[in-house]
Amino acid sequence: MPAELSAVNAGFSYGGTPVLRNVTISVPAGGQIGLTGPSGSGKTTLARILAGLLPAGEGTVTCNGQPVQRPWKQKGHGCGIAMLFQSPRASCSPRLTLRQIIAEGAGRTSRGGRARRVEQLAAQVQLTPDLLDRYPSEVSDGQLQRACLARSLAAEPGYLICDEATAMLDAATTASLVRVISSEVESRGMGVLALSHDRPLLEAWCTSVTSLAALSAASGER
Amino acid sequence: MSSTVEAADLRLTGPAVRRRGLRAAGTILGVAVLVLIASYAVFVPMLAGTDEKLTDFSSARLPPSAAHPFGTDHAGRDLFIRLASGLRVSLLIAVLCALASMGLGMLIGAVSAALGGRTDRIVMRVVDGINAVPHLLLGVVIVAMFRGSVTAIIASIALTHWTQVARIVRAEVLSLRSREYVEAAYLLGSTRREVLRRHFLPGTLAQGVVATVMLLPHAIWHESTLSFLGLGLSPDQASLGTLLKEAQSEVMLGGWWALVFPALLLLVTTLAVAACGKGLLSRTEGRQ
Repeated sequence: MPAELSAVNAGFSYGGTPVLRNVTISVPAGGQIGLTGPSGSGKTTLARILAGLLPAGEGTVTCNGQPVQRPWKQKGHGCGIAMLFQSPRASCSPRLTLRQIIAEGAGRTSRGGRARRVEQLAAQVQLTPDLLDRYPSEVSDGQLQRACLARSLAAEPGYLICDEATAMLDAATTASLVRVISSEVESRGMGVLALSHDRPLLEAWCTSVTSLAALSAASGER
Repeated sequence: MSSTVEAADLRLTGPAVRRRGLRAAGTILGVAVLVLIASYAVFVPMLAGTDEKLTDFSSARLPPSAAHPFGTDHAGRDLFIRLASGLRVSLLIAVLCALASMGLGMLIGAVSAALGGRTDRIVMRVVDGINAVPHLLLGVVIVAMFRGSVTAIIASIALTHWTQVARIVRAEVLSLRSREYVEAAYLLGSTRREVLRRHFLPGTLAQGVVATVMLLPHAIWHESTLSFLGLGLSPDQASLGTLLKEAQSEVMLGGWWALVFPALLLLVTTLAVAACGKGLLSRTEGRQ
């Protein structure tokens, strides 16, 4: 069984308008794949299909050989796909503190174990302890995105999809997040799919970079 | 220069400021009146020193005076004290009804929207079915089966009014369901129950509370109507409804005060609660 997150000939249409056609992509465990493309080209749609948040209209999506299910229908964490969204504000509940947000990823461990894990992850993403009891409205976008990354890593995902996750951040925060993700790839063999329209960033971050147009064209030729 | 112009554009203009000021004044007035009414209902029976059910036929049908500010009824009972006891019962029943409606409505609305699909469609058709029948008619049927029972009155109002809360909460959960933080929670392995508890119910609480407060005056009127029809509390048990029912015969004998004071209190209580509800609603909408 291949240890990879893959979509084969995936396609999707919004109300009859095709957004994706014949896209084939594979993210191996321990690999960091960069996917670039202009805004509106379907990168986010592909990311959501790979995560199971959207059903693939055509083709198949598998994770470690098993079909990817809708997250609310699967038991537990499934094959372990986490997603880092573009807007940290939209991806965090305004009613939870950063500590609670990170703990959400830690699952059903004991309260003490969860607290220790939250503090360890907060240190890993360079969030100081005084920030953990603040609400999203009381921290910056960069600090909130660090908390989102900590939340994703708390679940120890097999694959992490970063959908324009650094688009709203400054260069220093971007570099810091990329470092944390890369170290997680090295230590745990997590697979990463990084989507961005910033090709130089992806080239500095990922082991291989491709464009959505190239993926569609390659599938068409096959 | 341009920043001055932008700042001026953002400032509220005259009519908007006046509207906001009037709304705030209405809410403050509503809260003040409600506090006054609640104090009257709680403290007057406690401090009166006499039983509101105590009859004294020598002082029957006395008009309002310094000794009896709201007059007395046909049995010589002081209406100032009796009305306070009746108001206390009516308010208590209304609050319990509103809370029961909120509990039922929030749970059913949130679960229905969270599960979606066939469950949601069935629940919504049940809601439509309940709404299609006049609430009073349904309430009368329920109360008639358990006559004079406070529980039956509460059940009859709660079982016919949870649908309004459920509709509001369901709409709110449907909008929350597609938020990225809810999708992130599912991706991290949260179950539907966990998402319901952690995101949906807290996220809809403000709307649910506002819907409940707006339901309060309606519940007061329902209780009064059922008691007025003779289906609610027993006649010896004071409530706004039973007092209004008694006032029917008093008015025919010239005892106008037996009708005016309970009716006025019912009206003022309803308007005060409605003003508070509107204030709460505008605050919630403003925050969103």
